Formats: sequence, structure tokens, C-alpha cells
Amino acid sequence: MARLNVNPTRMEQTKLKRRLVTARRGHKLLKDKRDELMRQFLEIVRHNLALRKKVEAALGKAHRSFTIASAVMSPEILEEALMYPKQSVTLALSTKNIMSVNVPVYKFQMKSDDPAEIFPYGFATTSGELDDAVRALSQTLNDLLELAQSEKTAQMLAQEIEKTRRRVNALEYVMIPQLEETIKYIRMKLEENERGNTSRLMKVKDMMLEQAHHYAERESLPLSEAVPI
Amino acid sequence: MYKIAVVGDRDSTLGFKALGLDTVFADSPEEARGAIHRLAAEDCAVIYLTEQLAQSLTPELDRYTNAQRPAIILIPGKAGSLGIGIENINKAVEKAVGSNILKNE
Repeated sequence: MARLNVNPTRMEQTKLKRRLVTARRGHKLLKDKRDELMRQFLEIVRHNLALRKKVEAALGKAHRSFTIASAVMSPEILEEALMYPKQSVTLALSTKNIMSVNVPVYKFQMKSDDPAEIFPYGFATTSGELDDAVRALSQTLNDLLELAQSEKTAQMLAQEIEKTRRRVNALEYVMIPQLEETIKYIRMKLEENERGNTSRLMKVKDMMLEQAHHYAERESLPLSEAVPI
Repeated sequence: MYKIAVVGDRDSTLGFKALGLDTVFADSPEEARGAIHRLAAEDCAVIYLTEQLAQSLTPELDRYTNAQRPAIILIPGKAGSLGIGIENINKAVEKAVGSNILKNE
């Protein structure tokens, strides 16, 4: 792992140590966030999957009735029957915060609560299959909206999980090892300087003693001429 | 107050009109693309799009995946489900978890 390009000084080391502590704490927090997001996500996505299967089956049924209706009725009459709906739906959008992801919450409002309002036509010219199709659709409307909500939530959570996971991994496998490596490098460098300094001092001491007492000259003299120190 | 829209071919969407949803007829992916962009710019919170049109509009849909509004939800058209909706859920799981752990459920 590459170390950071910093001067090996004690001040840098202190700074890096502080960064390492922050990185470790961030890593722990993000890991917790990821785990919790994952738990929520799996819950939602399971629900989503079941709901989608249900909605698709229901819509398939509605489409089948509709196809029969359009075969029985002429396209003009069919269109005329459905062109001007009596019912209308509006949607109130609020958000819910799941681990700092703002997911939408939908709440829909029908203009009228009367279940018969979904049929915007008189029954004289239309076929019964059309009634079936429209009723089937109106029954799935609730599920459809719930599907929209859970699917959007799942998508947004998936995105957030991916982002968080990248952050956790970046901290765990890049940032923290890098900081550790650099701190170790600085410590080694400082220790090495310390040792260099000690040996230099020892050397200087030797030189100074040599200057004062001339050991080398004395050793070269024969033993008989040696002057006592 | 937001609107709910349905984008798809005539036969797939006509039924939704009776329920009071906004319907936009689009027979080609180009028309659908224009309709989606327009609806997104307006106050439309949920767009239901038929899978038949969605299969050639993936880049457009990805653009809205991370936006909070609108939610583009795929529904089967009159020709039946193509499995893209389920596929998208599986993709989301794969993206989040790393591998699809719900495949066998």
C-alpha cells in the first residue's frame, strides 16, 4: 500500500493519527448504516417482488377483459365510452427518511368515493367485458400505487447502499491502511534519526577525547617510553 | 397535488382513463420518450409505462431512477408481461447486495 507523500515530522504524525481516529470512527458508522440500510432494503424488496407479481397478474386479467371488450365493441364506441372520465385521482407526495434517504410516500385521493363513478359511460352501448376490465383496473389501483412507492423506495435504497458500500470499502481498504502505513513510516524515520543522532554523538565524543589525550600517538610508542596518563 | 400518468399504446392505457389517471398514447419509443420528459417537467409524481415501450428506453429510465420524482413504474402492456419489471427488481438487489440473494425465493 502506497504511503502518503508527507514530511516525516512529529507534527505530521500527530495530524495523521488524528485523521486515522476519524477515519476509523467514520468507517464504523458507515458500516452500521450499510447494515441497517440492507436490512430495510431486503424487507422492502421482498414486499416489492410479491406486490409486482400480484399487480402483473391482475393487470393481465384486466387486459384480457379489455381485449374481449374491444373485440365485441367497435373502436369508436369504446373510445367514446372512456373518453371523458367522471373519476379523477390526485396524489399527495410526502417523504419519509430512511437512514437519510428521502423516499417518497404517496397518498392518493379520489375525487369521489362512489365505486360506481369509475364507469364514465351508460351501459346501453357497451359490453359487460368492459365493465369487468374497468372494475379490475380500479381494484388494482391501490396495489399499483403501493407498487410505485415500494419500487421507487427500493431503487433509491439500492443506490444509497451501493454508495455507502463504496465508502466503507474505500475507508477500510485504502484510507485506513494508507494512514497506518504513513504513521508507521514517520515513526520509523524519527527513530532512525534518533539512532543516527546517538551514534553521531558517540563519534563526536570519541573525537573530542582523542583530541584531548592523543590515544593514537601514545599507542604507537614503544611500551618503555609510554608516559603514564 | 401531483398527477399520475400512464404512458403506453392505446389499448393498454384506455382502461386507466376511466379511473381518472392521465393517459398519454404513445405507439413508438420516441413518442414515449417525449411524453415522459414532458410529464416529468410537469407535476407528475408517478408514471406507469408499458414494458413494451420501456425496453428501448433504458437510458431515459436510468436518468429518472435516482430522481425523487417522478417514479417510473413498468407495467405489462396488453401483450402481457415481458419480465422487465421483475428483472429491474433483481437488478436493484444485485446492485445493493452484490449478488441476487432472492433468486431462489
